[in-house]
Amino acid sequence: MDIYVVLKLVWAGLLCVLLIGLGLMVGMDMGVGTLLRFVGRTDGERRTALNIIGPHWDGNQVWFILGGGAIFAAFPTLYATSFSVFYVVMILLLFSMILRPVAFEYRSKVDARLWRASWDWVFLLSGFLPMFVYGAAFGNILQGVGYHFNWTGQYFQDGSFLAYLLNPFAILCGLMAVSLSVMQGGVMLMIRSDNPIHDRARRYASRAGVLAVVLFLAGGVWVRGIRGFVLEQGDPAMPANPMQGQHVSMQVGAWLNNYAAHPALWLLPVMGVVSMLAGVALVLANRPRVAWWTGLGAWVGTIGTVAASMFPFFMPSTTRPDQSLTIWNSSASQYGLTCMLAVATIFVPLILCYTSWCYYVMRGKVHTADIIKDTHSY
Amino acid sequence: MDLINPAVVDLSRFQFALTALYHFMFVPLTLGLTFMLAAMETVYVVTGKQIYKDMALFWGKLFGINFALGVATGLTMEFEFGTNWSMYSRFFGDMFGTPLAIEGLMAFFMESTFVGLMFFGWDRLSKPGHLAITYLVALGSNLSALWILVANASMNMPNGAHFDPETLRMTFDSFVGVVFNPDAQAKFVHTSVAGYVAASMFVMGISAFYLLRKQHREFAARSFRMAALFGIFSTVAVITLGDVLGRLDYEHQPTKIAAIEGLWHTSKPPYEPWIVAALPNDAKQESSYEIGVPFVLTPLITHSFDTPITGMIELEEAAAPRIASGITAVSALRRYEENHQAADLELFRAHQDDMGFGLLATRHAPNQDVTAIEPEQLQNVIEQTKPDILPNVFVTFWSFRLMVFLGMFFFVLFAMASYLSLKNQLERNRLFLKLCMWSIPLPVLATEFGWITAEAGRQPWTVFDRLPTFMSASTHGVSYMLFSLAGFTVLYSIFIAVELYLMFKFARLGPEAHAPHDDHADPAHLSVVAH
Ligand code: HDD
Ligand code: HEM
Ligand code: HEM
Repeated sequence: MDIYVVLKLVWAGLLCVLLIGLGLMVGMDMGVGTLLRFVGRTDGERRTALNIIGPHWDGNQVWFILGGGAIFAAFPTLYATSFSVFYVVMILLLFSMILRPVAFEYRSKVDARLWRASWDWVFLLSGFLPMFVYGAAFGNILQGVGYHFNWTGQYFQDGSFLAYLLNPFAILCGLMAVSLSVMQGGVMLMIRSDNPIHDRARRYASRAGVLAVVLFLAGGVWVRGIRGFVLEQGDPAMPANPMQGQHVSMQVGAWLNNYAAHPALWLLPVMGVVSMLAGVALVLANRPRVAWWTGLGAWVGTIGTVAASMFPFFMPSTTRPDQSLTIWNSSASQYGLTCMLAVATIFVPLILCYTSWCYYVMRGKVHTADIIKDTHSY
Repeated sequence: MDLINPAVVDLSRFQFALTALYHFMFVPLTLGLTFMLAAMETVYVVTGKQIYKDMALFWGKLFGINFALGVATGLTMEFEFGTNWSMYSRFFGDMFGTPLAIEGLMAFFMESTFVGLMFFGWDRLSKPGHLAITYLVALGSNLSALWILVANASMNMPNGAHFDPETLRMTFDSFVGVVFNPDAQAKFVHTSVAGYVAASMFVMGISAFYLLRKQHREFAARSFRMAALFGIFSTVAVITLGDVLGRLDYEHQPTKIAAIEGLWHTSKPPYEPWIVAALPNDAKQESSYEIGVPFVLTPLITHSFDTPITGMIELEEAAAPRIASGITAVSALRRYEENHQAADLELFRAHQDDMGFGLLATRHAPNQDVTAIEPEQLQNVIEQTKPDILPNVFVTFWSFRLMVFLGMFFFVLFAMASYLSLKNQLERNRLFLKLCMWSIPLPVLATEFGWITAEAGRQPWTVFDRLPTFMSASTHGVSYMLFSLAGFTVLYSIFIAVELYLMFKFARLGPEAHAPHDDHADPAHLSVVAH
């Protein structure tokens, strides 16, 4: 196979890894944010929940930043077009994301009821909304987006954002992502807290897990009825130019074509469902540490399922299907992909090592009694 | 018809300027304070004196309040290239995305992962272990500055990439060319030491406040001295590297340096004065009320006595043939995109170095399409495009001057501060202490002026000589832009109010409130130690 094609594939794979890392790590913190008001009834309990993720949220958030950065570097045309086409949604995502660091750092610095209660609501908003948008974005790209390019490569949007934002399939996908994040957040709280936080977290985590399974299966059935895209013609080694070189057709149910061609791919959705069910069982059996790892399985299964159905599409265009963005036509150059691969090979393992080390250093339960005394903590 | 709306371009520029300038209110302090914290902790680990740990804890708390906003506003920046500069990101992203992603992999992950341990790990790590973490945080923040400035420098000096007519974008071809871009090196040092200046002023100013109120005197005196010495070295470095940056602009961005110096006509060495103050008028292309110091400009910029510096009017004239050639290039490229004829490609290749100037002319072409220019309109389009190659002179000229004047002022201030502090005469000079206190915001102001010089001076290009700003923006509707601008304005105003409130609150509370368990940590009762 052409080396350029291999590089494009490797980067598409790495992008999936990043999206999984983002869902797992950022999702977990956001799940805790969403649950904050519910698992903690008193201020001390809420501070306990915050301090469980306190030392790590900023590091985890970099998965999100790197998600943006890696798309920019590896698939610049995708970055340029998708972020602009989803402008209003991206800006809402951004607004809710930038409230989070501020909420962590400022909430406990003033001891006033109204102050802290306001920031608690900010946590709810900035935990729920970004995960919802994250999931809904997958729902939107599965359905395709209306846009085209002019000859210079400038994109132009066809139709309004409301059409994407307010559609039931996207909402389902959004809620699915929120459920997974709440489940993972609850599991983390179980690992590092005592009662009463522990038991409340357990209740929410198990319910969120059940909801996730239901939504995932419903989404799977629904996909058969929506319009998918087929790449009829397009050389994987083509120069990355979205304006020409592809022929794409649209058919209802086409997103299942890849599964029909390669039945082994069914393992991915199966893995998703099994992991979620196992997660619920483990949470109920009070085994949150193992449940944390089945959470990883759930994210791999979900993102893997979407990736397998859409391959090689990233963001199909409904108004000019031939200009749909695919792995082949939106990537960086061969040189760029090679450089980035070298850098990632060095740094990704390093990051995984020191992130684990940090969790190891800060291991153990966080006790509400200690937190109330400690003025350094969140 | 797919047309670019100039109002949307202007709104995008305004939004980017607003959010970037806002991000850079917090970044300098992060860059400098992390190193000062590391220095304080080093002294603590070496000498074992509790007061240095108190210093690290106290200044660390103020650092945390500032850091949160640096992170929050940085998120906006990372996404804004995609949300608002779509054509730019597609055209230049092959190269530009790489340093940005490396910044995430190498710097943000390191800094952000360890910053949690820095705040929460005091009891869980050995002393040297914690110190190492603090150094990693400082290293991380400065590495993030390195990579972002590598990215920014490539917009001013697009090394390491060439235009590819097959993909219609700049193709990345040399990692070394991008990283060892001379502009990047100079910008990195100039900007990070500007951050050290800001942090020194911050620590020095708050310490002056305590000295004025005769609180925490030993703590304040030590912090003050450390900051004053760190500050004087950093200021000298800022000025030295500023000179290097000016020379690089002279070599690579003639329009920027001419605008910075308000030089409408080519200079006449050696007499040509350095203009201290003037009122440049962009519409009339002349300046009034010029006050200058003769014989300074030529050696300052060119490091020689006889080399002239080209003026803006002459640069405009020199651009006319490039605009004509650029229009040929863009027209050939468009035909090539449609028919793939070798002859068109050949014609494009012959004119490709001027392509940017052809793109610049699109805004004056009928229906923004240079291929539609009739021969008799050509001269007219060229005349209209010529003045577009210059940045706004008034803004560039004055933001540069304000930065430089402030730099000179910092030099004097830190020199006096170091002297008085080493002689233990600070507390007698109350007026001077007040001056130090009131100067806290000035370095941040100076860095903002620096960015305005650099970025406004780069106009009309996002990628110098290659891609005009006019074509770079995403094609949103005006209402989308108003929506996001309103949101940023509201959120950012709330943030700054909350941050200032907390900063004042914790600065007033002072260090002991921070370490209530250390009984020997009440420096208010100690007198200033004479060395
Ligand atoms: C404390 C802040 C500070 C101070 C005192 C100075 N600068 Fe500065 N300057 C900056 C902070 C800064 C900055 C914010 O960091 C900039 C913006 C872009 C950059 O790379 O650094 C900058 C940019 C900048 C540029 C534009 C670079 C470009 O084209 O991209 C020049 C020519 C200078 N500086 C020169 C100077 C000189 C000659 C100074 C002499 C006193 C000086 N600066 C003091
Ligand atoms: C945080 C420090 C920075 C500040 C304060 C800053 C400031 C500004 C300002 C004032 C403008 C508007 C110029 C104008 O339209 O007249 C601008 C534009 C821009 N800057 Fe920066 N900038 C910063 C860093 C960067 C960096 C690091 C990059 C790239 C890596 C960058 C890329 C851009 C782009 C793409 C534009 C928009 C197009 C343009 O108007 O030129 N900026 N910036
Ligand atoms: C316009 C281009 C810029 C982008 C895209 C950008 C991006 C970011 C992002 C995403 C963060 C948050 C990191 C986190 O969560 O930990 C951040 C913070 C920061 N940025 Fe910027 N930034 C820009 C300009 C600059 C410049 C010009 C500098 C310095 C010269 C700088 C230095 C920093 C520092 C020191 C922080 C502190 C927080 C941290 O590193 O985590 N940034 N920036």
